[in-house]
Amino acid sequence: MTFDKEFDATGLSCPLPIVKTKKSLADMQSGQVLRVVATDPGSVADMAAFAEQTGHALISSGQEGGKYVFLLKKG
Amino acid sequence: MASKKMAIIATKGALDMAYPPLILASTAAALGWEVQVFFTFYGLQLLRKDLSGIAISPLANPAMPMPVPMPVIVSALPGMQAMATSMMKAKMKKKGVASLTELRSLCQEAEVKFIACQMTVDLFEFDKADFIDGIEYGGAATFMKFAGETDICLFI
Repeated sequence: MTFDKEFDATGLSCPLPIVKTKKSLADMQSGQVLRVVATDPGSVADMAAFAEQTGHALISSGQEGGKYVFLLKKG
Repeated sequence: MASKKMAIIATKGALDMAYPPLILASTAAALGWEVQVFFTFYGLQLLRKDLSGIAISPLANPAMPMPVPMPVIVSALPGMQAMATSMMKAKMKKKGVASLTELRSLCQEAEVKFIACQMTVDLFEFDKADFIDGIEYGGAATFMKFAGETDICLFI
């Protein structure tokens, strides 16, 4: 799937993947898609909770090459 | 929908106790919450411009994981606190845990309101010039006003 912007959170621990995802979304338009790559296993649950509470849609959450990859559509 | 609110009272100034208020405050702010942190007693140390003095001690911290089992009497030796602190900081850096300074900046960028307890600032004769900019000074009544409207209120 295509995305408009990517944020690489590789190596970052809680709460940085979430806090910096929020910052990455700040300059995006509603409907645009952000791809986040993370290595923190806690980010799987956290990204879902973040999306649920902020009105952004978590389009997909999976693993690629040992990393966690998320697609978020800005609400 | 009005944003949710969280208030935290940060009372501790040791390295391990400095993280929870800043992690929760920055995360809540990222979720769009309105957040205030009231720093009192040793928590005021977290408002210093220079956080390099924030330390951790294995003394009276029996649950702290140690590389080798260490008798309490050894933990009390000179230099042990400095050693524990530098080991903990190195481990945090290796694991990608943010520094306290970075977390605090993220909070301020996200408009988390920091309030320093005026009474304890005076009690310990802290110099306000040593504290970061952008903080407010207040007392218990200032805190209660906001705390009374919150969804989550924590004492750390």
